[in-house]
This record gives sequence, C-alpha cells and structure tokens, in this order.
Amino acid sequence: MIPEIGHFALILALVVALAQGTVPMLGAARGRADWMALAGPTAVLQLVLMLTAFLALMQAYVVSDFTVLNVAQNSHSSKPLIYKISGVWGNHEGSMLLWILILALFGAAVALFGGNLPATLKARVLAVQAWIAIGFLAFTILTSNPFARLLPAPENGGDLNPLLQDPGLAFHPPMLYTGYVGFSIAFSFAIAALIEGKVDAAWARWVRPWTLVAWCFLTAGIALGSWWAYYELGWGGWWFWDPVENVSFMPWLMGTALLHTAVVVEKRDALKVWTILLAILTFSLSLIGTFIVRSGLLTSVHAFANDPERGLFILLLLCLTIGGSLALFALRAPALKSDGLFHPISREGALVLNNLLLATACATVFLGTLYPLFLEALGGDKVSVGAPYFNATFLPIMAPLVVAMAVGPLLPWKRADLMGALGRLKVAALLTLLAALLAVYLHRGGPLFAWLGMALAAWLFAGALIEWAGRIKLFRAPFGESWRRARGLPRSAHGMTLAHAGLAVAIAGITASAAWQGEVIRIMKPGDIAELAGYSYRLEGVQTHRGPNYTSDTASFTVLRDGREVALLMPEKRVYDVQRRETTEAAIHTTGLADLYAVIGDADGRGGWTVRIYYEPLVPWIWAGALIMVLGGAVSLSDRRLRVGAPARRRKTAPAPA
Amino acid sequence: MPRRALYLLPLLLFAVIAGYFLWGLASDRNPNLVPSALIDKPAPAFDLPPLEGLDRPGLATADLQNGEVALVNFFASWCLPCRAEHPLLMDLAESGGVRVLGIAYRDKPEDARRWLGQYGNPYERVGVDDRGRTSIDFGVSGVPETFVIDRGGRIRYQHIGPLMASDIEDKIVPLIESLSE
Repeated sequence: MIPEIGHFALILALVVALAQGTVPMLGAARGRADWMALAGPTAVLQLVLMLTAFLALMQAYVVSDFTVLNVAQNSHSSKPLIYKISGVWGNHEGSMLLWILILALFGAAVALFGGNLPATLKARVLAVQAWIAIGFLAFTILTSNPFARLLPAPENGGDLNPLLQDPGLAFHPPMLYTGYVGFSIAFSFAIAALIEGKVDAAWARWVRPWTLVAWCFLTAGIALGSWWAYYELGWGGWWFWDPVENVSFMPWLMGTALLHTAVVVEKRDALKVWTILLAILTFSLSLIGTFIVRSGLLTSVHAFANDPERGLFILLLLCLTIGGSLALFALRAPALKSDGLFHPISREGALVLNNLLLATACATVFLGTLYPLFLEALGGDKVSVGAPYFNATFLPIMAPLVVAMAVGPLLPWKRADLMGALGRLKVAALLTLLAALLAVYLHRGGPLFAWLGMALAAWLFAGALIEWAGRIKLFRAPFGESWRRARGLPRSAHGMTLAHAGLAVAIAGITASAAWQGEVIRIMKPGDIAELAGYSYRLEGVQTHRGPNYTSDTASFTVLRDGREVALLMPEKRVYDVQRRETTEAAIHTTGLADLYAVIGDADGRGGWTVRIYYEPLVPWIWAGALIMVLGGAVSLSDRRLRVGAPARRRKTAPAPA
Repeated sequence: MPRRALYLLPLLLFAVIAGYFLWGLASDRNPNLVPSALIDKPAPAFDLPPLEGLDRPGLATADLQNGEVALVNFFASWCLPCRAEHPLLMDLAESGGVRVLGIAYRDKPEDARRWLGQYGNPYERVGVDDRGRTSIDFGVSGVPETFVIDRGGRIRYQHIGPLMASDIEDKIVPLIESLSE
C-alpha cells in the first residue's frame, strides 16, 4: 500500500509541475498577478509530494519490503540500518528520486524565502524549475519506476554493492546531488533573466547565495568522494581521473568561475552575458555529470546499470534542457547591455583571467573524459585517457591561476597598479622561497613539480593572509583597532580569505602526496617488520572476525618509531555474504602531517599475507583544505548583504522607473 | 553579423557534442565489452622493442607462437591498480605454470625500469609500447589488462582491470591448465 502511495505522489508531482511550469510563465507574460501567484504554492506542494514519495521508498527499504523490485535488487534484511537507508539512493531509481526531491527542495526554498523577488522574476524562475522537474519526473515514472512490484516476493534481497556500504559513501551522494541540483537555481535565474531581457546588480545579488550554497555542497561532496576512494579502495590514491570523478569536477570548475563573475555583475555591472552563459553551462555540466554514467556512454568502476532506452531518453532530456537554453541564449543574450568598463589590470581583469583559466581547465577535463568516445565515433580505435594526460594538461593551467589568485584580491576595481600590488606581496614571495627550500630540504630533494607546488601553496596562503591583514591593518594599527576593523569587515571578505587559504592548504597536500608518497608492497608473515619513512610496521597476526553481513580478515600492525610504539593499525579484508565481493578497509593513523596507511591483501597459503603499506605525507591537508574552503563559503553566506532580505531594502530606495 | 554568430557558438558546439552522444548510444556498442571480437582470434601482429637497460628481450607475435601457453599483461608504472595486481603476477611467474610476458603501456623506460626494480620483475619478456599502437590492436581500453594466449598464439581470454586472487584461482589457472594439456 505504502509503495503505491509513493508512486501516486510521484505522478501527482508531475501534474503539479505541469501547472507550475505553464500558468505562472503565461501570467508573467500577460501581467496576470493571480496566475503568477500560483508559482509559490505549487512549488511547496511539489516538495510535499516528493517528500512523500521519497519517504515511501525509504519505508520499503527500512522494513525490507521485498515485494518492491528496487528493494529486492538492492537491499538485504541483514544489512545494518544505516545502509538500508543509504541504499535508497545507492541505485539508479532511488537516486533519481533523491535528485528530484532536492530539486523540489530548492524550488520551495525560492518560493518561501524569495518574498522580495519581483513578481515576474519569481514566477519565471519557479516555472523554469518546474520544467526541469517535468523532464526528470517523466523520465523516472516512464523508465525508472522505483516502486515497481515484484510478485511473488523473493526470500531475501540482492544486497547493496559492498563498496557502497560505508559511512563516507552513505552521505556522499546527497551532498553531491545538493551541489549539482543547487546550480539549477542559478540556471533558472539565468533563463528567467533571458526571458525578461534584464540582468542587473540585484539579479546577481539573488543568484550569488544560491550558487554559493550549491558550490559548498559540491565541494564537500567531491571531497567526501575522494576521501572514500582513499580509504576504501586501498591503493593509497585519492583521485584517479575516473570519468565519474571528472564529471563531478567539471561543474565545480564552472561553478567556481560563476561564483566569481557574479561578483562583477553585482558590483560593476559588467560581464553579464558571460555570467548568464556560465550559469547555463554549470548546470548543463551538472546534468551531464548526473546522467552520462547512467546512459552507457562512458564506462566507469562505479557506474549504475544502464540500458540503451534509458540512454536515449536521457539524451533527449539533455538536448531539450541544454540545447533549448543555449538557443534562448543565442536569441536573447545579444540584447543584454553591460555598462561597466574596466582596464585589463584591475579586479575585473583578474576575475576575467580567473574565468578564462577555469573554463580552459574545465575544457581540458571535458576533452580528456570524452576523447575516447569522440575518437571511436570518428572510426578510430578504443583508447583510454589516463592520469598522464590530465597531469600534463590540467596542472599547467592551474599553476598560473594560483599565481594570479594571490594578486587578484589586492587589485582595486576599474583600474589598478600592478606594481603596487606586487610590492605588497614581497613578504609572500620571501615565504614562498622559504617554503620551497624547506620542503626540498626536509625531503632531501624531490621532483621539480614538488617544490613548484609547495611554492605555489605558500604563495597563495601568504597572499590571502596579506590581503586580509591589509584590510584590517594588522600590525599597522593598534590591535584594538584591527579587531574592530575585522569585525566591521563584510563576512564575504573573511569567506574569501578562508576559501583561498583552504585551497592553498589543499595544494600543499596534493603536491606532497604526489611527490613524496612512500610505499612497501610485499608478503609478510606474523612477526615480520617492514620499514617505511622512518616507521617500522610489525605484523602481529591476522584474525578472522564475523561482522553483521560479512566475514573479515583483520590484521594488526604495531607501528614503531625509534623503538617507541606510535600506533596500532588494523586493516581489514572483508568478504560480504550475499554478493561474495571483497572489499578492503584500509587502516589509517594520521599524525596531522602524514598518514600511516596499511592494507591487508590475500594470504599466500604459506603463512604469509600480501601487505601494502603507504606513507602519505600531508594527505590529510587535502581534506582539511576542502573543509576550510567549505567553511569560507559558509561564512560568506552568512554575510548580511547576501541574506535573502537584503536586496529588498535596496530596491525600495531605488527611484521608481519613469 | 559576426557578433551575433558568436552567441550561436555555444549552441553549435553542444550540437556537435550531442551528435557524438547520439552516435555513442545508437551505434550498438558496449563500452564494457571491448574484447569479444578478439577472443579465439590470433593475437595481432606486433614487434615491440625491449625495455632499455633491462636484461630481458622485447616481445613480438612470434614469441606467442612457440607452442606454449602465455599470459600477456599490459602495465604502466603510473597505473595504481597495476601495482595492486603485481604481487599476484609475481606469484604466478614463480609457480612456473605459465610464461608471463609484459607490455609496458605508454610509459617512460626509466620509470618502467625503476618500477620493475622496486617491485620485482615477473616478466620473461617485456615489450615497450610507447605509442600505444599494439595496445590498441589488442583492444586494450586501459591498464592493467591481461590476456591468456594458447599454444597456437590465439587469444583465449581477456581480463579488464586488475587481477584479484579469485580471478587467478577461478579463471586464469584453470584455463591455463586446460590449455596446457
């Protein structure tokens, strides 16, 4: 009964979306306030219906209702509760439901908190949101019904892929989807602006917080995903340039660019057309990110099962959404006027450079990800593009970006004095040199890119702090005054400093892990000692344990440094009962400056075990950096200017149009 | 008007990309199933030079046709999963049941050499495929990949991705035994 209620709610949501997508849009065109007013209530109703559908499916998972096909295929009664719940979105149909739920959540948020939006803009934005919902609701209902029944019900279910039975991955998809779907708001605002034919500072002020929310979640989602890859896949790596990773990274790059140009539109009334295009492209890449791995176009380790019919439907949706919005862009964007003029050396100029580099970086990732498909289509052979391509193309684009990142915030708007800004970075340059020398000294040399990467990290970190210190006159004025200035500084300024510094921390981690990672892969017997990077790992033994739905071989390593015990590492190798699949659970001890990482492999049948031990310098900094970036975004979001009430006050003081 | 055309550019680019997507879906291909076309076919013709500075000869088609079962493994020093399967290849080579041959895929000779020096060299012969040409002929979609070649030089099995202990026990070893009889 409950699954049928869910199914019914899903169909009702489609009907409501049809109303929400048409009536307010027509109302905005004809100036009918009552028609436009329908947008808000329908958006909220949409959320209620989607929540009903989602909870109905979750209920089926929690009580292990195997008459529901989706549950039978992806769950098992012996699975711990948390993975029964995360199993809801651990499959294609359920994840579609989550995707649309988040879409409805954002739509309802605009409806509830967008009280100060001009009526026509609000009606159009919500109508565009509804168009997106119509597409994906139709897709779900017609090709991927999560509530399909299976009668007679099987004894038990097929279980969730064991790799996904992990706390990190339980929360990764909701985060990632909130990021992807959050960009739909920027997209809807862009489409609404194209229809209205108007983009102004107020528009940018409304778009920015939504983009920032999406960006924060996407950053956290990607970081969580790579962290999972790091500790669960057991190869000591954290980023593999896998298509699934790439498609989540591309909207991040574009979204980051969008975040920065929106500032220019807001403050300087320039770059409007480009910002609109970025908003469209960011969400388009999010759509491609969600769907390309399900369509069967690309193959990946963690792809969902796909079938060609679904693929064609997805392609049709992508063509309608992306093609339609780009056609509208071609038609209407030329009429948008930008007034703000600026000199190339200025804050605006720096942000243009930021955008060019981010867009180029995104294009190289796009090309690398889809190149195998392009080549095959042109009659070429099947190839795969690996890490060497991405390292050779992506990193050289990021390096100048990071160099410019430290300078950009020091440049004033309109026209700037580059020499003056560079003069303020003398201290940063000195620190940069010291950091590079220190890194090379501590690790007794290293590849060229290693000291370059460390220098970049130090440069960016120092640059971000110098800009911040300059604003609050730290060490130039009495401390009390600096404190007062810091409190008076807009939250978005603190946010920027945090986000840039966070990236610097992450770059240091990325560089160090690539340059100085150490590893030992060998067969060890109990009592054997492996030496790595000044630590001794003694294998004490391997025991077999029984988990709730798996059997595990757990090894214990005592880690010693200079004869003193530092840590006990207990990596596991699990074999899950139902799918008979093996997973590795790496054991990680972090010192803050490095991770000690151990993985247990197979027994060799002669009393020995294959063992992989890694020394991962500064790797924890990668996620610490990402966390700082997200924190920066959150601090910036709390800025009064960006709070949803702020634009209204400004609008009221603006003179009424003649 | 050229300015107007500029605004059309994103749409045109997307149309091209969408065209590729459509081809990818419509052309009845399966990206997961590269190999089937080569199974039971003779291994493609190739002649790869040895790895400089390594005391093993290079690899050519003729080396697969000398009446012994062989395992051909594509690897690269930059490939993490290759490292994961490496100890298993070492065991397999040590057991002596099969000739283990290696092809270094798009790798710098010094990197490949250092890699083999560090983790051990299970390969009787190592061919260097620096342009990736031979790998393409084999239908390799990425490293690591492993082929089982029968006594007549035909490809009998292709394994995509890293070998796990269970793959070796359940598939590779039984296949090699049956082919060697």
